Amino acid sequence: MLKSKPFTNLQAMTLVVLRLLIGWHLLFEGISKLMIPGWSSLGFLSESQWIMAGIAKWIIAHDAVLQVVDFMNIWGLIAIGLGLILGLFTRAAAISGAILVLLYYFNNAPIIGIEYSIPAEGSNLVVSKTLIEAIALFVLAVFPTDTFWGLDALISQYKNRKK
Amino acid sequence: MDIDKDKSQQPEEKKVQSRRNVLKALVGIPVLGAFAYELLQNTSQYKKNESNIIKELNLEDIQKPVKILGSLKGDLIRIGIIGFGSRAEQLASGLGFLHPDEIKRKLPDGGLNDWLKQEDLNVAITGICEVFDLHAEKGLATAGCELLPGGAKPSGLAAKRYRTYQEMLDDKSIDAVVVATPDHHHARIATDAIKAGKHVYCEKSIALSEDELHEVYNAVKNSDRIFQLGHQITQNVVFQQAKEIMKREVLGKITLIETTVNRNTASGAWIRHLDENGNPKPGSLETIDWKQWLGNRPQKPFSIDRYYNWAKFFDYDTGMLGQLFSHEYDAVNQLMQIGIPKSAVSSGGIYYWKDNRDMPDTLNSVFEYPDRDLTLMFSATLANSRSRGRIFMGHDASMELGESLSITANYDSTKYQKQLESGVIDPNSPMITINPGSGNIDAVSSATEKYYSSRGLTSTYINGVAVDVTHLHLKEWINCIRNGGETSDNIDRAFEEGMTILMAQKSYVEKRRVEWDPILRKIV
Repeated sequence: MLKSKPFTNLQAMTLVVLRLLIGWHLLFEGISKLMIPGWSSLGFLSESQWIMAGIAKWIIAHDAVLQVVDFMNIWGLIAIGLGLILGLFTRAAAISGAILVLLYYFNNAPIIGIEYSIPAEGSNLVVSKTLIEAIALFVLAVFPTDTFWGLDALISQYKNRKK
Repeated sequence: MDIDKDKSQQPEEKKVQSRRNVLKALVGIPVLGAFAYELLQNTSQYKKNESNIIKELNLEDIQKPVKILGSLKGDLIRIGIIGFGSRAEQLASGLGFLHPDEIKRKLPDGGLNDWLKQEDLNVAITGICEVFDLHAEKGLATAGCELLPGGAKPSGLAAKRYRTYQEMLDDKSIDAVVVATPDHHHARIATDAIKAGKHVYCEKSIALSEDELHEVYNAVKNSDRIFQLGHQITQNVVFQQAKEIMKREVLGKITLIETTVNRNTASGAWIRHLDENGNPKPGSLETIDWKQWLGNRPQKPFSIDRYYNWAKFFDYDTGMLGQLFSHEYDAVNQLMQIGIPKSAVSSGGIYYWKDNRDMPDTLNSVFEYPDRDLTLMFSATLANSRSRGRIFMGHDASMELGESLSITANYDSTKYQKQLESGVIDPNSPMITINPGSGNIDAVSSATEKYYSSRGLTSTYINGVAVDVTHLHLKEWINCIRNGGETSDNIDRAFEEGMTILMAQKSYVEKRRVEWDPILRKIV
């Protein structure tokens, strides 16, 4: 049994396009880190200055933890990117993506009085593109498009048929 | 068929409907295909640019960090440290010994991890010679450290305090000494130590006068003991790659090398006799053997200023030349074997830190090497910390060499004219960077890597582990003690460096251009 259509076509299309674009972005962020030899989040984390500074410092100080964080970061980004593009486990991908991107934001937030030596992309006052991307991912989790537009639709169809 | 038309309409529509649903569900597949196509394009473009540059610069075989020689196995070496101030603490750490307080301070947040991975050199600190009781106690506690890096076990040998360095040199149970006193003792102690049959690791700068320099040179030359001058920056892996790059003549003809000092703090200007609260640091005539501290220098009354800030005074040091230019010179000399210049001229003054110092806070020294068609420049300020780097300037490219390396093609280069025109090489950004983190050559560097390269580090990365460069320099010395061979800062390099510094110092003090007479081996 198919669920009733939650959105008009136009609404669904806009959300799907948003999902595909964010998926594309995160997937490439992951793959590019994979391709840079010796890439590590060390540089980024050592810049952390706001509420996440303590944990960032702890991560850097522990080599094993840093390696786990790097690994999870790279493969997390790739998995989330693929999930969003394919519409596979979409809600889980959107929520974990939102949390991950929000972590980036909190580690590098454009808060007044904090300056980073990595140059910011554009001009930011409290709100940055990173924060917007995180919230957009929450939007995708709350307005799921995978009931029609994604492999999740096929999975649920298959499950229903089995019943 | 016609009769069934009404009935068959419904399943047909459903089929279309469900086919449409399947197509909708697969919306991600073409997007993923497009992604893969773009990724492939992007990677091959990147690879093409990168390999073009690296190939044309003939750098294909130095992609990976140079392998570092491990510590050679051998009997325990018993080391005495002469002078146990803050530099000696770093040297002890490089040898594998930290003060228990330091371990307690660093252990909880994992700050010790890299140090614990440091290789065991199989040495013991068995002697501390210090004129100041407080420092002596610090040294003894450090030598007795129970937690050692590289999984080593304590040797069980207790460290002894010696009141004078002669006492330590007389002790046959000491194999080698590390000289980390203020500079005015270096040459004399090193000379006596070599004559007493000890191997010597001597901190820079080596000598305050030509006579002293000749003495230590002759002593080492007439002995089989191993001498190493204390410079650590050339142990950075990046330096070894820079050496290779120099051989391939990537920069074209180099005619100017700019080295700089850029500091702007009281501590950076050697005002160090006060603690964080502005109170004088410990030390008095009761706890410091002042007569011994002065040695053969003019008999001045004790002052906490002279004791901690000795670098400010020409009685004990050659100022920024001995303290900082020594490192710069060593870096250039290790890369290019420039030796002693034909002439030197220095000029500067005390323009900002107007205290009782002799040392200028602004100094420019220029050294000429006409045989090499080369000028070496040293420009130092203690009143502005804008980073000016260390730059080797060739006709075709400039290399900035710090803890990382970056090479930028020159806009008017002859060698790279074609690549500059075709856009393969961009004269506005580095064409090659080597970063301490990855050790890999990057021909088209990303923003993160550019950011890394601007940072200074005191360690170098070997197989992803941060290694203290002082440790590597000490290890080289220890390996030579065990197995023979030449240290990178042997007495020849030390002599060249010492003489170059003395030329610049003489020029500053006498306010004239001085020259090196290679026949008489003296400054004229």
